[in-house]
Amino acid sequence: MADVTLMKTPAETALAQAFESAKTLLPGNVESRAQAFELFSARGLPHRRVEEFKYTDLRAFLREAAPFAVAPSSKEAAAALENAKALAGVEALQVPFVNGHFVRDAVDFKSLPEGIEIVPLGEALADNHDWLARLSPVPWASDNPVYQLNTSFMADGVMIRVVGEVTAPLHLRFVTAAESAVATATRVLVLVEDGASVTLLESHESTDGANHQPNDVVELIAGDGTKVQHVRVNAEGDKALALSTMAIKVGADAAFNSINVVTGAAVSRHQVFAVLNGENTNLRVNGATMLKGSQHGDSTLVVEHAAPQCESRELFKTIIDGEATGVFQGKIIVPHHAQKTDGRMMSAAVLLGEGGAMNNKPELEIFADDVQCAHGATCGQLDEDLLFYLMARGLPKKEAESLLVQAFLGEAVEFVENEAAREALVATVEGWLKARG
Amino acid sequence: MLEIKNLHVQIEDKRILNGLNLTVNKGEIAAIMGPNGSGKSTLSYVLAGKEDYEVLDGEILLDGENLLEMEPDERAAVGVFLAFQYPLEIPGVASMTFLKATLNAQRKARGEEELSTPDFIKRVNAAAQQLEIPKDMLKRALNVGFSGGEKKRMEILQMALLQPSFCILDETDSGLDIDALRIVSEGVNALRSPDRAFLVITHYQRLLNHIVPDTVHVMHSGRIVKSGGKELALELEASGYAEYRTGEAA
Repeated sequence: MADVTLMKTPAETALAQAFESAKTLLPGNVESRAQAFELFSARGLPHRRVEEFKYTDLRAFLREAAPFAVAPSSKEAAAALENAKALAGVEALQVPFVNGHFVRDAVDFKSLPEGIEIVPLGEALADNHDWLARLSPVPWASDNPVYQLNTSFMADGVMIRVVGEVTAPLHLRFVTAAESAVATATRVLVLVEDGASVTLLESHESTDGANHQPNDVVELIAGDGTKVQHVRVNAEGDKALALSTMAIKVGADAAFNSINVVTGAAVSRHQVFAVLNGENTNLRVNGATMLKGSQHGDSTLVVEHAAPQCESRELFKTIIDGEATGVFQGKIIVPHHAQKTDGRMMSAAVLLGEGGAMNNKPELEIFADDVQCAHGATCGQLDEDLLFYLMARGLPKKEAESLLVQAFLGEAVEFVENEAAREALVATVEGWLKARG
Repeated sequence: MLEIKNLHVQIEDKRILNGLNLTVNKGEIAAIMGPNGSGKSTLSYVLAGKEDYEVLDGEILLDGENLLEMEPDERAAVGVFLAFQYPLEIPGVASMTFLKATLNAQRKARGEEELSTPDFIKRVNAAAQQLEIPKDMLKRALNVGFSGGEKKRMEILQMALLQPSFCILDETDSGLDIDALRIVSEGVNALRSPDRAFLVITHYQRLLNHIVPDTVHVMHSGRIVKSGGKELALELEASGYAEYRTGEAA
């Protein structure tokens, strides 16, 4: 086919201009950024004719590219963190980012808990830090336009290394506090060394009323025998267009458990790309999404069982109120050598109102012949008979609905071992239901 | 206490109740017996306020208040309780959580204070002990994985906690073995009071040996065709429902 010159949208043009003026100012190797941006601009913003973005047309959603945020003053950063609420009550080592920039003052580098090392990403990129060599991106990530944009523009972030058993959770706090719309691109790299264990919390929040455009990437490499619990909360502002990616590689005999709880943003898309590289590993990737009004929430997932005898469980629960739209796209890939794979993926959605929509696309790609894999997708309303049973016991309709919604979402949350974090998630659900009235 | 006058009900264009009249007085245990399909369960659902049923005519008054104008939760708050023939399983909701939510919702609707947690637990434990419900059952999701007998005991536990004034037992004896029948019946009998009335729906005389009714009503084709004392149940057990089927196509 002949080369076609693509018409650029105003947002694509603005991104190209932003990249030209920023590329030499951003830390690290310009070449790798330029490469990523070239890959991105060759195809432009993905739209509904691109299969992976069929239900989340970024060309339509991202009409205007917001300017990239500058680093806040320490006073601004402190005020922003003071006001931040998501997972705030959970005792943890705070690693905060305000307007996409790492708040260095907030971390006491001299007295980090044993087993934790933190290096600001800017320094790591500038010095071409040793750890960077260990990070080779997960294939679906490097080919993904959202990830490519982050690679092009990543302005700040941290690298974290975990050794041994770390008891206090690490809390990555992403706060966008600017009053007018800004874009951010942060990158966090987490290395969990063989035999280490850690609880990683992630919260994302931003001011209401501004069309913020965060694009955050967390890359995590967990070695053999590791144990990771990951809790992510999207509490972005009501006008935000929030894009995020988590790329995971897990070694042998490991346990990786993750949940993403979504209530925020006008439009959100969270992508998880996971590769199981060692045998006998258990992976759990869950989601609990609550959408109302005209919110659009997309959970996209690819899990590759690159080694035999691993087990993966993916459970995504979505509640849709008003005229909101939910998207679940999940794929489990089992190459021919990954025998004895056990993978189960489930997406269940409940529509509370009349005007909502849910798009479910579960896929299995299996080349091995001795595997157990299943996927399922459901979409429906709350069970009328259960509602009647609860009402016959005296619960008003809204309360009966709330109890059923809590039970429905609870299944995705119950694995979280950190009690304060689990309670914070339950409180998030309760808060959402209460706001529903 | 309860007055049902000329009740006509249909579901999806199918007539189920055809001019049913029934009065149950305070302190009375009224049994309703009747063959399959006579409309017994429909009556219980209509009393509790299930949506699918269309009331074409008639009225239901509880202490003079029109139940038909109330939502199911409002009926519960004025004292109506339906012990379900098939209690529903609610995955993800612990029995304790459920009990507390329902009890407090009813108290709130009546303008009463919510119960404190220790007070609540004390009441639950007392009721559970009487019904031989083990404590770990209360921690499990409501009715999930419970046996038929356990589910029925859980219904009676709810009744004991909520202290309704008008209790409907819809085939509470179905699926119960002899021991469970005894436990459930004892639970019901313990709740007998001059201020409380019961409507006991059953196919069999067996339950009425344990829960002795004051009145027995025979239901057929959506209306009460005969009423009498407890001896009527024994007559039915001996003669069956055949005499009420006259005039009906075979």
